[in-house]
Parts: sequence; C-alpha cells; structure tokens
Amino acid sequence: MNSLILNAATRILVALMLLFSVFMLLRGHNEPGGGFIGGLVAAIGLTLYAIGHGTREARRALRADPRAIAMVGLALAILAAVLAVIGGDPFFTGQWLFIGGGEGEKGLPISSVLLFDIGVYLVVIGSVLAIVFALEDEV
Amino acid sequence: MEVALALIVGLLVACSIYLMLSRNVLRFIFGLVLLSNSANLTIFTAGRLTRAEPPLVPSGLPFPTELVANALPQALILTAIVIGFGLFAFSLSLVFRAYRELGTLDSDAMRLAEPRPGGEAETEGRDAEQPEAPRSAAS
Amino acid sequence: MSWLLVAPIMLPIIVAILVFLVREKGGWGRWLSVVGCVLHLAVSIALLLEVWKQGVIAAQMGGWPAPFGITLVADLFGAVMVLIAAITGLAVAVYALADIDRRRELLGYHALFQCLLTGVCGAFLTGDLFNLYVWFEVMVIASFGLLVLGGDKEQLDGGVKYVTLNLISTVLFLAAIGMLYGVTGTLNMADLHTAVGEVENQGVVVMIAVLFMIAFGIKSAVFPLFFWLPAAYHTPPVAVSAVFAGLLTKVGVYALIRVFTLIFTQDVDYTHGILLAVAAFTMLTGVLGAAAQTEFRKILSFHIISQIGYMVLGLALYTPLALIGAVFYLVHHIIVKANLFLVSGVARRMTGSESLSLSGGLYAASPLLAILFFIPAFSLAGFPPLSGFWAKYLLVKASLDVGHYVIAAVALVTGILTVFSMTKIWAAVFWKPHPETNGSGLVRLPRQEWLSLVLPIGFLAGLTLIIGFFPEPFYVFAERAANQLLDPSAYVAAVTGADS
Repeated sequence: MNSLILNAATRILVALMLLFSVFMLLRGHNEPGGGFIGGLVAAIGLTLYAIGHGTREARRALRADPRAIAMVGLALAILAAVLAVIGGDPFFTGQWLFIGGGEGEKGLPISSVLLFDIGVYLVVIGSVLAIVFALEDEV
Repeated sequence: MEVALALIVGLLVACSIYLMLSRNVLRFIFGLVLLSNSANLTIFTAGRLTRAEPPLVPSGLPFPTELVANALPQALILTAIVIGFGLFAFSLSLVFRAYRELGTLDSDAMRLAEPRPGGEAETEGRDAEQPEAPRSAAS
Repeated sequence: MSWLLVAPIMLPIIVAILVFLVREKGGWGRWLSVVGCVLHLAVSIALLLEVWKQGVIAAQMGGWPAPFGITLVADLFGAVMVLIAAITGLAVAVYALADIDRRRELLGYHALFQCLLTGVCGAFLTGDLFNLYVWFEVMVIASFGLLVLGGDKEQLDGGVKYVTLNLISTVLFLAAIGMLYGVTGTLNMADLHTAVGEVENQGVVVMIAVLFMIAFGIKSAVFPLFFWLPAAYHTPPVAVSAVFAGLLTKVGVYALIRVFTLIFTQDVDYTHGILLAVAAFTMLTGVLGAAAQTEFRKILSFHIISQIGYMVLGLALYTPLALIGAVFYLVHHIIVKANLFLVSGVARRMTGSESLSLSGGLYAASPLLAILFFIPAFSLAGFPPLSGFWAKYLLVKASLDVGHYVIAAVALVTGILTVFSMTKIWAAVFWKPHPETNGSGLVRLPRQEWLSLVLPIGFLAGLTLIIGFFPEPFYVFAERAANQLLDPSAYVAAVTGADS
C-alpha cells in the first residue's frame, strides 16, 4: 500500500508495539498478559509494517525467516519442558531460580516458565507472520 | 442467559449450514468458520455462565478470596480459536491457490483428481459456467 | 518412567525443528529424518516392553494430579500403535530418500513428516479428550501441508476436498467435547469412564456419543463419510500417501476404539449396533468402489475403506475375541497397506504410469518386486498363512460366535472381492506385457535409488511374513491388549491412582 501517512506512522507504531509486546510478555508473569498475547501484539506491529512498506521490506527488517523464528521458539518451549526432567521433576514442572534471594528476600525470580513463555512468544510471532507474508505475497 | 446463548449458537449453526451447502468453495469455508465459532460458543456455554471474579490469586495470598470464574472452558476456547485461525488461514490460501490453478471455485467443477468416467470433462468442460466463479468470489 | 511416555512425542518434534533449520544444507535433512526415525523406533520398543512388564503406565505433566492436569497414558493398545507408527515412519523415511524431490525437500517435507509423527504418537498416548483434539490438529495440519506440498494441480484439487471435509470433522469433535464437558465437568478419559455413568440424563450421553462417532467416522473414513479419501490419497507423492494410508485413518479408528470402550459403554446395544451396520456397509462399498477403479493407487485407496470396515466390525461386536481381532487387524493392516502404497510407487517409476492399462511387464523386469507385491497384496485379501488370514479369521469367528451370520458373510464376500482387485492389479501391472515397450524396455532404476525404495518394502513384507507364520505371540499380545480395553479398571487406576 502506498500511503505517506501510513508509511510515516508505522515507523513509530512498530517500535511502540514491539516495546509494548515485550511489556505484555513480562507482565504475564503474575498478571494478565503473557507470551501468547505479547506475540500477537508484536505480530500485529510487524504486519502493519508489511502493509505499509511491502512484505519484501518487512522480511528484510525481520532478518530471519519467520518460520525459523517459530521453530526456534518451539525449541525453547521444549527446552523449558525438558529442564524439569533434569531437575528430577515431571515434564513441564516449573523450575525456579531466585537470583540474589536470601533471608526474607525473594530476589529476582528466573524460571523455566518464563523460558516457555518466550518460546510461545516467538512461535506466535513466527507463525502469524509466516501466514501473513504468504497471504500478502500471493494476493 | 444460557437460553439466549443457545439460541445464538443455533442461529450460527443454521447460517453456517446454509453457507456450507453452497457449491462455491469460498462460501463453504466461511460457513466452516461460523461453525467453528459456534462450537466455541457451545464450550463457553457448557462451562456454565457465572458472575464471578477473574481466576487470579491476589498478591500475597495462597488462594483467591472471592468466587472465581471457571477458567478451563476459556483455556479450551483459546486453544480452539488459535487452531481454528491457523486452519482457516491455511484453507483460505489453499482455496485461493486452487482458484488460480484450476480456474474455478465450483466444487462440482473440480474433477481433476477424480475425472468423470466419460473422459476429458475436468475443469475445462464447464466453460459456460466459468464466469460464475470469479464474480461470486468477489462478492 | 515418565520420559518413556514423553519421548515418542518429543523426539519427532525435536527432529522436525532440526530438519527444518538445516533444510537448505544439502542432504543433511533427509538423513537426520532417518536417524530420528531409528531413535523413535528404539524408544517405542522400550515403551512397549515397559508396558508389557508393568501394565498401564501414566505420567502427569507438570506434576498436576490426574483429572486436572495433562495426562499421558500408555496401555498395551496405545503402546503397540506407537510402535507401528514408528515402524511405518522409518520405512517411509527411508523410501523418501529416493522418492521426494529436492523442491519438496526445500519446502519442508521432512519437517512436516516428523510433525505428522508427533501428532500421531501424541494422539495414541494422550489421556484426555481435549488433548486428543489438539494432537489430531497437529496431525491434520501437518497432513494438509504434506498433501498439497509442491502444489501440483491434482494435489490442490484433492487437497480442497480433503481439507474441507476434515475441518467439518474437527468442528464436530470440538462441539462434542464441549457438550461432554457440559454434562460431566471433566475431560480426562479415565475420569470420564466413571463420570459418564453418573449423568442423570443418559439420552444426552448417547447423543454426544453419536456426535463423537460422526467426528471420528469422518477421520477414519467409514461408510457414509468416506468421500474425501479416494479424492485425495492418490494425488501426493507416494512417500506421502503411504504414510497417510498406513496411519491417518487408523488414528480415527484408534480414537473410535478408545472412546467406545472406555467412555461410551452405557448403551452398547444402540451405539455399537450403529457401528455394526456402519462396518458392514463400509466393507462392501469400499470393496465395490475398488472393483470399479482402473488405477493402482485408486484401487488401494478404496481398499483402505473396506479394511476400515473390518476394524470397526471388531469394535462393534464388542466381545473379547472381536476386540482381539480388531487389535490384530490394525497392526497387520497398517504394515500391509503402507507397503502396498510403497510398491505402487516403484511400479509407477518403472512402468511410467499408474493406470492399469498403460503399465505392465513388471514380473519379467523384476521378479523380486513381484514377490514383494504378492506378500502384502494377498495378506490384505486374507490368504493363509499370511497375516491377513489370521486377522480376518478372528473377526469372522467372533461374529459367528455371537450369531451375526450376515456380517460374517459380508466379511467373507469382501475378502473374495479383495482377491479380485488384487489379482486385477497383479495381472495388469505384473503379468501382462507392457503395452508400449512389449515388456522389454521398462525403466531401470539406478542402484542407490532402487535400494532405498525396495529396502523398506522388503522390511515391511518381512514383518507381514513373521506375523503370518508366527501368529501365536501376536495373538497372546492382542488378547492382553483387548482385555485391557474391555476392563479399563487398570487404565483408570494408573491415571487417577498413584502418581508415577
């Protein structure tokens, strides 16, 4: 689509939406949000970019093949599931690490749940964009 | 409320069956999307409609204090929506590609994989009805 | 031992990821796929041995207790299905080395193939209905991709029909799950086993049962719902349609057997009565449809339908012997059917056509291939002492035992007509001289291509012979699997009881 307004606006909007999507991803830890919705927001942002600048430009901006992004995300999610077995628990049990935690201090919690969520985030971005690009290319 | 939702589900199913009876594959796909939405609504209704809080544990407490809504049907629906979205995107692009390659959206005219016993037939055999397809695709 | 349950699902998906990421690096992908299948086979054998020793095993994902979390279960029936899937997967992966062209490899054939195996194994091992739906979808999406991969006109045409009709089945399945959840409040299959009996209004349960029957009926291509199968199965490359023919419809049959032995057993007369009629019509229409076809793979496609009828018959009779027959039949059938499709691919390569009238002379060109066709073809028709004979014998005896003489007659007639179709292929493709070259100038395949095409065929034919000549251990096995199906208490105890 060749529209100056859209072109100019998407540059700012894409950055904002990508930022917001990371915020959603991390917020999902304890409140509504998470990898799925974050991934959707990011995918919408990049889709907007693809509409404004064309898929070729969007693919270039993305650098990686969207399907490869989805695959890497899937691998991360599986890794999160397998980490539990290494810790001696059933598959998919959350593994927690409290960095700097001590007496009464919770510290910074890092968990395999977060890793799983990041995996979901990437899978959603990758697969949605793969579909969108394929449809855009075809029509 | 359940009654209203049940009626809506019935209406949606009726519409979708009407669409699915069409020979035009595109309409069939639209009917299918309606049908899958009505299936999602069925799950939603089957999960009981209650006025309750979102199922979140408040900070610092081991369990929610008020009556919370049943989260399972919503999780099921979310999964079903995602799967449905993927399938819809796939079938849409498949139908589009088939339309470009075979030159028709009329399911009766798609005889390439199963030629009529008489012989040639196939898609070319229905030239007279050919203009039908693109027009109904556009509408 | 929870990793044994997870491995058959995780392994193919990990292989799929790796294969996809290296797909542009020459031949790495296909060999990775083969290695993955070998590992998968090893894991499946380990799983089966474990289940044989310990009885039903279950694992709760994330440590959530049974009716609430995601459960994986393996009883003997599920474990043997995983093993058969792994065997078929390995055979097809080797076959694909020669059968799949570079273009389709780049489009991601191997990754989709491994995803398909993931979905199939997930469906065999899952312990709750919604996850069964999800695994079905994984399988179905991968199969959509495989079916239209490459985008030939024929494939697109077949693909449209396959996709649309399978989507209907998906939606019906989903609606049925929703309603079942509405009346029972649970979706864990072991939990449903008891919960369904406690529902006050049993009429609703029967209605839901029939909805499940239709949904799985479309997937498994039984009588009034099979039209998508002969429209699509002959269009993709052989390495795709062989795995479809072997596994996909059988996942539908597996789901039918699982659901109608574990959950819906309240009104057996009604539900299984419908299944009995469906089985009879499926056998007959399938075999009659095949008689009217004149192409190798189309004939085989219709025979899938008629063979599904036998398996549904085993479920419909619902006696111990009949279920033994059904389990035996499934195992025998998947091997034989996948093998026949593989043979059809070699035949097309050598004669240049799939049409019976345009091919011929294969017996003179390659007696080995002729024998390798003969074994599965006549096993399919039920010639003693091949594996199909024992499977059919069990089912016919089971129906005579309960006095269903008509259905026994239908099964036997179907067998005879199957012989007719198989001899038709034999006479046209192998026996008669080639119409153009007069039997002398068939295409000679290069040695390496020939090896990777014929090795899997020989492997599967060998298995058919082993089942045929030594049916005793397989019978004992099927008996134990059928007993677990008929008396699900061990299954229920493994899922809801002590967390393993």
